[in-house]
Amino acid sequence: MTVALEVTPAWYLVLAALIFSIGTFGLLIRRNPLVMFMCVELMLNAVTLTFVTFSRMLQDTNGQSIVVFVLVVAAAEVVVGLAIIVALLRKRPDATADDAALLEG
Amino acid sequence: MSVELVVFVLAAAACLAGAVGVVLSTNPVHAALSLVGTLFGVAVLFVAQAANFLAVVQVIVYAGAIVVLFLFVIMLLGVDRVDDLRIEPLVGQRVAAGVVSLGILGLLYAALESTGYEATGVVGTVDDRVPDVNRLGESLFTTYLFAFEITSVLLVIAVVGAVLLARRGRRAEIVDPGQEERAEEVAELMAAAEERAGGNGHAYEVDGALVGEPAEPEGEPAEEVRS
Repeated sequence: MTVALEVTPAWYLVLAALIFSIGTFGLLIRRNPLVMFMCVELMLNAVTLTFVTFSRMLQDTNGQSIVVFVLVVAAAEVVVGLAIIVALLRKRPDATADDAALLEG
Repeated sequence: MSVELVVFVLAAAACLAGAVGVVLSTNPVHAALSLVGTLFGVAVLFVAQAANFLAVVQVIVYAGAIVVLFLFVIMLLGVDRVDDLRIEPLVGQRVAAGVVSLGILGLLYAALESTGYEATGVVGTVDDRVPDVNRLGESLFTTYLFAFEITSVLLVIAVVGAVLLARRGRRAEIVDPGQEERAEEVAELMAAAEERAGGNGHAYEVDGALVGEPAEPEGEPAEEVRS
């Protein structure tokens, strides 16, 4: 290979943008609440990748601290979200996101 | 080819394949396993960018805890049925979703292009000889100490909320068998009392009050759940 390909931070940013858009697409087309949740996790991961990349570009560790907070919030979100999904799927095992109104009351 | 290029290409391929797998797999279990691929790819990219501690945390928390939680819910509820992706309940939803996500991708790309892929901001002074764990710890426990403490409150609230939400159904299930037992006891007592009384109306009235009791638990747990 004659051309020396160098991995620049831009590659990471573009990859993160791609993962984020795929996650958005999945969130919009899927109807299974569990899979929709996984797509949200994809989007969160794309954002953390962006944060780490900028942290390296700016030589600043505070960007990585934000990633720790994102992780904590993602964990809390997954716990509560899955509890809601469990409550929903108990009422009707084949429930989709449209049936969230079943939990009313 | 530099090592970083090989690592990036492999990790990026794992990330994108996993992401596509999450979106397109019809079985939720396969989607969760594809998610692990993406998470591992992102962890490798963290290592490539000298965020070693975050890579480890990523694998432990995401792959080790969050995905396992997903799989646990899938298996617990037995919802690993296959979705039919050919059904499009909302006409034009797929096209609209494609337009929206491509629009977001375009916006992100335009934003990157407009800055010339340079981060604008105050460039910090990171000493590369200090391990990233030390630097991260110093940042978390000095600059972001208050936010860090607040996250503990957030986690406690999340645990309480999860317990409250998940208990709902189970409470009704636990209450029911006990009430059935009690109803049986009451029926036995009633039969015995009827035998003893032998047509005396007085005893029957007492049993009538008892008989009324097992009838109402049917509706009672539902009310309890609602409140």
